[in-house]
Amino acid sequence: MKELTIISGKGGTGKTTVTAAFAILAKNTILADCDVDAADLHLILTPEEISSADFIGGRGPQLDSKKCTRCGECQHLCRFDAIDFSEESGYVINEFACDCCGLCAQACPEEAITMEDTINGHWFTSDTRAGKMVHARLGIGEDNSGKLVTLVRQQGKLMANKEGCELLINDGPPGIGCPVTAAITGVDLVLIVTEPTLSGMHDMERVHGLCRHFDIPALVCVNRFDLNLVNSEKIRGYCSEHKLPLVGEIPLDAIVNKAQVARQSVVEYDCGLVSQVVREMWSKVEKELNI
Amino acid sequence: MIIAIASGKGGTGKTTIATNLALVAPAAQYLDCDVEEPNGHLFLKPKINDKRNVTMPIPKIDEELCTYCGQCAAVCEFNALAVIGDKVMVFSELCHGCGACTFTCPEKAISETTKSIGCLEIGKANAVESNELLFAHGISNIGNPLSPPIIKKVKKLVNNDCFAILDAPPGTSCPMVQTLMGCDYCLFVTEPTPFGLNDLELAVGVARQLEIPCGILVNRSDSGDDQIQEYCRREAIQILMEIPFDRDLAFAYSKGEAAVIHSQKLREGFQKLHQKIVAEVEK
Ligand code: SF4
Ligand code: SF4
Ligand code: SF4
Ligand code: SF4
Repeated sequence: MKELTIISGKGGTGKTTVTAAFAILAKNTILADCDVDAADLHLILTPEEISSADFIGGRGPQLDSKKCTRCGECQHLCRFDAIDFSEESGYVINEFACDCCGLCAQACPEEAITMEDTINGHWFTSDTRAGKMVHARLGIGEDNSGKLVTLVRQQGKLMANKEGCELLINDGPPGIGCPVTAAITGVDLVLIVTEPTLSGMHDMERVHGLCRHFDIPALVCVNRFDLNLVNSEKIRGYCSEHKLPLVGEIPLDAIVNKAQVARQSVVEYDCGLVSQVVREMWSKVEKELNI
Repeated sequence: MIIAIASGKGGTGKTTIATNLALVAPAAQYLDCDVEEPNGHLFLKPKINDKRNVTMPIPKIDEELCTYCGQCAAVCEFNALAVIGDKVMVFSELCHGCGACTFTCPEKAISETTKSIGCLEIGKANAVESNELLFAHGISNIGNPLSPPIIKKVKKLVNNDCFAILDAPPGTSCPMVQTLMGCDYCLFVTEPTPFGLNDLELAVGVARQLEIPCGILVNRSDSGDDQIQEYCRREAIQILMEIPFDRDLAFAYSKGEAAVIHSQKLREGFQKLHQKIVAEVEK
């Protein structure tokens, strides 16, 4: 089984548009939406849920106000300024600020604080017209998205093995942080979707740095390449300098949003230039993956 | 006054809006809290005159005092410590610098050193009409998994006499929440597509939980459907501005230029946006 992750660094470069098209073009694949923070793939693939489960991301502190003697030790020690105090309610943990480190639970002389399992989100397996899919929703303001990405990928792999699929396609999260690392470590190939804007290029270099750090082969695709031909030329230069294969240049076209509004992937919606480029790109990716 | 400019979905033009607003708002300060991908500087081209390292404490074990009892590893919620035989291993990339191990060690064998996780850059940029714009951003080191401590440091630089604009990280997870906490108002930048709406709903959820008043800016407002407008009507959220797709603007953005510098119409649009935000906050 091979694993491909599609990332972008900067959000909104069209990563999910490419993923959805690949999902339709690939035969015998499992999909994993690793963008657990703002999952969008389901909007195109309209999954029918097979199963759902809680995601227990870790433990968090619970403060029992009946046991609390208001000594203030926890507030004094907490390094995340996550414990508030007021005369009416006493000491209260601000769950948005809390890092769930457990120091307060260790320190409380009254054992008024205990660490309990917390449900940080949910994950699902579903049927879609492009194959089976694993996806998730992280609770609002939750940390641990890296852990949930790892879980989604693991479940995707299990499913691929069970169904005898030769490929797992991961729609990766934006950025270069922990969830991205979780989405690319150990995969066979990364496709970086960028755009010819300064931010797009800047972020492409940052995620490429991350790929090199983990020694993962990467490919590049430029979306809306004709928005700025000078910058697109610079991307070509960067790619050839770093021996980074440039597998496709997608033109700016209103069709992309129209397809999205129709809840279809570009290759289903229309067979114009965008679809053509994406199809060619897919065959290059297939070749690179050797499937 | 502290305003966050955020978007559930990346790539909706959040930084474009934040930087253009910063350039026209009087006495503005721009703070880039998107520390994993700080891009505002590309458009504002600030002169940096102060650079500060951001560090985090990590434990250091004194092998002379350590009895290898394993208690530190047991309390660490992030599996950043392991005691194997007579060796204590610290996995600094997993450590959150919380101090629970130091607190727990019965032998007082743990002291702390620091490790660099990123930096702050502080400076000034030229705004329109020869105003001066205060600038600051945080930059997370590649491979550093913890951006909230850097975001907190950026927020400490807020100048309360200014119209402070926080450029928030995308998404709705910890770094975005960290940025929004304590703000007076949040402007969500979205686009009229199913992806835009889906991510907007999640982001508005955060503002509601934090009890921060919010409004919407619809970017590329003519490039999808009218679901955003319908959603805003349903949820009684104000749309403060709508910007249609404009190839010239997109081109200016791609070159790292702020649109307000070239377009009188947009300048006025952003001035109006600033006034509307101030009115909303003072309401
Ligand atoms: S768990 Fe850690 S961060 Fe949370 S309140 Fe306790 S000491 Fe503070
Ligand atoms: S340390 Fe325990 S007893 Fe003291 S204020 Fe905190 S919760 Fe209450
Ligand atoms: S708790 Fe202290 S004494 Fe025990 S293993 Fe850790 S460092 Fe050594
Ligand atoms: S400081 Fe906190 S996170 Fe770091 S090793 Fe100690 S207990 Fe673990």
